[in-house]
Amino acid sequence: MVIAGRRRSRPASRLTHHTADLAAHRTLAAVVIVTLAFYAFAAVLIAAAAMVVLARNPVHAVLFLILTFFNAAALFLLAGAEFLAMILVIVYVGAVAVLFLFVVMMLDVNFAALREGFVRYLPIGAVVGIVLAVELLFLASVWSLSPEAPRLVAEPVPPGVDNTTALGRVLYTEYFYLFQASGVILLVAMIGAIVLTLRDRPGVKRQDVAAQSARRVQDTLALVKVTPGSGMIVVPKPAADCGDEREQAVEPMPPGRH
Amino acid sequence: MDTFLATPLGHVLFVVAAIFAITVPVLLGVAYLTYFERKVLASIQLRQGPNVVGPFGLLQPIADAVKLLMKETVIPSGANRGLFLFAPMLTFSLALIAWAVIPFGPGLVLADINVGILYLFAISSLGVYGIIIAGWASNSKYAFLGALRSAAQMVSYEVSIGFVIITILLCVGSLNLSRIVEAQTNLWFVVPLFPMFVVFFISALAETNRAPFDLPEGESEIVAGFFVEYSSMAFAMFFLGEYANMILMSAMTTILFLGGWLPPANIAPLTWIPGPVWFALKIALCLFVFVWVRATFPRYRYDQLMRLGWKVFLPLSLVWVVLTAGVLKLLGWLPTGS
Repeated sequence: MVIAGRRRSRPASRLTHHTADLAAHRTLAAVVIVTLAFYAFAAVLIAAAAMVVLARNPVHAVLFLILTFFNAAALFLLAGAEFLAMILVIVYVGAVAVLFLFVVMMLDVNFAALREGFVRYLPIGAVVGIVLAVELLFLASVWSLSPEAPRLVAEPVPPGVDNTTALGRVLYTEYFYLFQASGVILLVAMIGAIVLTLRDRPGVKRQDVAAQSARRVQDTLALVKVTPGSGMIVVPKPAADCGDEREQAVEPMPPGRH
Repeated sequence: MDTFLATPLGHVLFVVAAIFAITVPVLLGVAYLTYFERKVLASIQLRQGPNVVGPFGLLQPIADAVKLLMKETVIPSGANRGLFLFAPMLTFSLALIAWAVIPFGPGLVLADINVGILYLFAISSLGVYGIIIAGWASNSKYAFLGALRSAAQMVSYEVSIGFVIITILLCVGSLNLSRIVEAQTNLWFVVPLFPMFVVFFISALAETNRAPFDLPEGESEIVAGFFVEYSSMAFAMFFLGEYANMILMSAMTTILFLGGWLPPANIAPLTWIPGPVWFALKIALCLFVFVWVRATFPRYRYDQLMRLGWKVFLPLSLVWVVLTAGVLKLLGWLPTGS
């Protein structure tokens, strides 16, 4: 309302001053909007994170976790890190959380049984919590900013370069080996998971598409002339890849045994 | 007028008007996509298709919409009420917000953001939530089975879509959708990257749960899959969302491979036609192929679907990423600027 009021008070003839003034107002409005948006997203983020722990239904907890991820992505966007925001949504919301949700939905959770052991496990939980809290305190006491930090805070991305390019330059030049090593670690984890679950059980019928496509008529079909009333025995021949052999394998059944 | 647009209020009004200018044609497009689909299917099967309501049956989509609105909204007694109603809204709104970054012509885009393609990818990867929440909240076994199938299917095919996008980005050097279209001025990417185009299109079919990958709603096995419990408006929102997603995927195919708003050749009679018209024509072509595929191919079996995604498309697209990167590097064609 203030902005609109001041705009109206200007005479329309001083157009250049007018537009400069408007630009200033727009940046001011942008700052206000960004600040408000930050607090809104941050508030929702913290509330959703609390609900992840407090929600009774595990599916609701995962959905709140997704909301938390989403708000974190919005905060990244407000900080000007659009690449990180999108990657957070794609990787965490689009893939990881789907698998979480998948697993949690499939679980048959018995809520009463879950709450039974609360008192029994409380001391262990408390010890773990205290250890973590003490670690955090230690970390906070030795916290110090790198001497480069003020410069980076003022200008996180080199001028004239967008966020994505700047990240790529840092990752693929300065931290190339670390980046590759983290990829290899993920690969090892993936191979581990596959090795744990891969079992080649004998006697299980599996579709082998290559074998199916390579099958020919001669391998599976034998045409025989049967004299009426005689009957026949087909002797299966496993490695018969020649039509002649297959025909030899078919023997007329002696009439008495029919 | 210009000074008014420069004020905060004017800017907001302009953006709202732009949103309507995008949303209304998309929703109309969805309505007439259903008509188009029924007519094309009918022609392929030597039938007439809808021809009673209005001239040539042109008012059929409106009649369908009114019928859906008149129906009663049924919420199953065992359902999780909030999530049950939230799921269709999510599907519908996700299908619409993705349009914010689509460039309809040179400079004709609501939000020309740096990471446009990532935004589209992120939104399309969120689409699975509408389905999985619907399946879970319905508290019904068919709905749940459909949701699980859909979640596995969409996550699987996103991987190969991601690799296809990487291939495109290697050739463009920017994540901005307008840059991607402009990079195809001389040659559309469908020519040099034809295998990737095929992979992308088939993955788009799987991503939108269309035939022959419509297992999440396979009506012969799990009646209607994740939306078996939905009726009336909620069902209509799922329907609208699915068809809007089809149009969106066609738009993505157009932007990534078919040169977006660019005419097929840079010669006089073709350049007279404005960019948005070319864009719409290319989208219509993709949609026709969507319908054509539906009329032609039987549904995949579930293990075949998974095999195709993980054992065929994933290695193929990975090899193409390496190949494209190698060729670009060897020939010195790598785009350098940001």
